[in-house]
Amino acid sequence: MKRWLGSAITLIAMSVLAPVQAQTVVKPAVVYSTGGKFDKSFNEGVSAGVERFKKETSIPVAEFEPSNETQFEQALRRFAQRSQDPIIAVGFSQAVALDKVAREFPNIHFTIIDSVVDLPNVQSVVFKEQEGSFLVGVLAALASKTGKIGFVGGMDIPLVRRFQCGFEQGIKYANPNAELITNMTGTTPAAWNDPGRGAELAKGQFDRGVDVVYAAAGSTGIGILQAAKDRGKLGIGVDSNQNHLHPGTMLTSMLKRVDLAAYNSFKAAQAGDWKGGTQVLGLKEGGVDWALDKDNEKLVTPDMKLRVDAAKAGIVSGTIVVHDYMSNNSCKP
Amino acid sequence: MTVRRRTALGPLPAWAEIVVLPLVNIALAFVVVGVIVAIIGIDPFHALRLLVLGAIGSSESIGYTLYYATNFMFTGLAVAVAFHAGLFNIGGEGQAYIGGLGCGLAVLALGDVVPGWFLVPLAIAAAALFGAGWAAVPAWLQAWRGSHIVITTIMFNFIASALMVYLMVNVLIAPGSMTPASRAFAASGWIPSMHDVLRAAGIPIAASALNLSIVLALLCCFAVWVFLWHTPGGYALRTMGHSPEAAVYAGTNLKRTTMVAMCFSGALAGFVGVNELMGVHHRIVLDFPAGYGFAGIAVALMGRNHPLGVMLAALLFGALQQGGTELAFEIPSITREMVVVIQGLIILFSGALVHLPRPWLQYLFASRY
Repeated sequence: MKRWLGSAITLIAMSVLAPVQAQTVVKPAVVYSTGGKFDKSFNEGVSAGVERFKKETSIPVAEFEPSNETQFEQALRRFAQRSQDPIIAVGFSQAVALDKVAREFPNIHFTIIDSVVDLPNVQSVVFKEQEGSFLVGVLAALASKTGKIGFVGGMDIPLVRRFQCGFEQGIKYANPNAELITNMTGTTPAAWNDPGRGAELAKGQFDRGVDVVYAAAGSTGIGILQAAKDRGKLGIGVDSNQNHLHPGTMLTSMLKRVDLAAYNSFKAAQAGDWKGGTQVLGLKEGGVDWALDKDNEKLVTPDMKLRVDAAKAGIVSGTIVVHDYMSNNSCKP
Repeated sequence: MTVRRRTALGPLPAWAEIVVLPLVNIALAFVVVGVIVAIIGIDPFHALRLLVLGAIGSSESIGYTLYYATNFMFTGLAVAVAFHAGLFNIGGEGQAYIGGLGCGLAVLALGDVVPGWFLVPLAIAAAALFGAGWAAVPAWLQAWRGSHIVITTIMFNFIASALMVYLMVNVLIAPGSMTPASRAFAASGWIPSMHDVLRAAGIPIAASALNLSIVLALLCCFAVWVFLWHTPGGYALRTMGHSPEAAVYAGTNLKRTTMVAMCFSGALAGFVGVNELMGVHHRIVLDFPAGYGFAGIAVALMGRNHPLGVMLAALLFGALQQGGTELAFEIPSITREMVVVIQGLIILFSGALVHLPRPWLQYLFASRY
């Protein structure tokens, strides 16, 4: 009933808009990662993009949260059978399942976030996390008084090392003498969701003289940023803009616009210009960035802003090249 | 003149014990579920219809139901065998995990070397061996040191999980991969999926995760029945479960019987790895037991620890799992957490509250016969 009503509204909206813009009927769907839609981090970012699309277009979006990895394939195939189109698969762990299902349904459009599946009907969206991390690294080095900066990662996978490596390069760019202390929360997916351990690791780093800490650890970051506030140190958030969590002790957040990836895929399908292939979203494309808003404007001095904007311009124009850890599984080019 | 007392009510006939009592329990559970679903504003009959259609409405959904049921059969049988020996095996999760490691290592090592007809049985045997080995340590601690098997098997779940994470992240991970998963198995180590087999036989069905492991599960049901009720070893095992003193008096070696029961149990749980890794994922992945080991306890309780009952209970659990997934697809306000609530209520009524309707049934049967 609801869906029927939704499509009726869409039809009416379309008949009104038709002369202005050629739009196709879309029945979009999302399969989240096992972290679930409300993980305060990665999946929730995608969900924000989905909500924005729903609000702007009144088109219903089918959503599914799998509870185990077998359900990735099942969910993708079910949506494809119901001719949902386009279908977004969230997270690199869905790559194997998507590769299988996308071959079975060559006429359905799929988008995968954070991984590459090389098929004509798949749009792969990956991010240059190293570039955004470079910028917050510059800020961290400029804000630090002790010259010691901390990094707490989530699960120890190459993707998180890419954050760490970009961060390190940014620090060295702004202050070659600064020291980086790194900790990873764990080696299992549970490491994304352990705020207690995150807080302990951050406190350990503060005891060693660290006064700015970058939390690249999903929900674990909530504990890290809380610890920074409790000790009067500075914290840097990740993925979404987390500045509002602790105004006054949040130096900035490294933005990874997964919401934009989801929103753009749906919008492109609606406008009829959806394209397959791989999109690598860096600073230039607006896929990653640093956050400046009323919650942290007092912490970022005009001089700091000048330096970080210069670095940003350098990366966009290509004069500064940020090395990607995953290109050779090492932080050295 | 005689006064009829409740204690005079006789036991239920076996078929009522295995079939009618569980059905009454499920019916009660559905009434409570219906009330809850109605409270969150969904028509309970519509939800029930989606649940049933989602579980058995198409060849694809039947396939998934049977695939889930395969896992539940393995872990349900594992719990049931140990239970007959008076041992509560809560370690199905860890035994399944290590069993999967066993068959995975066999396939990874020999995948390109030996042909499939030799490799598949070998890998299945490896799963049984690894699962049994993982259960043997708590069994040994129970038999010789008196460490309680409930505690040790739970602890072994955590050890298995930590060991697998270490192996997957540091040793078995495919080079260049971000996900902690091994490289893909060679095709000779795959267990054929049911839709491929039936298509070859000229019967087209929709693709699902169902594979020939279900045949292994059915064979296991039969083997457990034969072992427990038609062999001296099974008789000794059941005697120990009923009364260890009587078993000793009859000449049973309790230590040995404990080892046999737990190794058999662990081997059965280890077969979950066969269904998941060789049948579906075709690589070693993290967290594939996904709670099947624990659900096996409920399956065994509901199936009254009888292979036939376990089979039926596994079918019900598989249907609930698959129907619940479909429900979450169709009705957005039923989240995956809501599905867990529904499954939990059914387990509550068929497990913890199992004796609630028994006096009513006994009364009914006593007045009829």
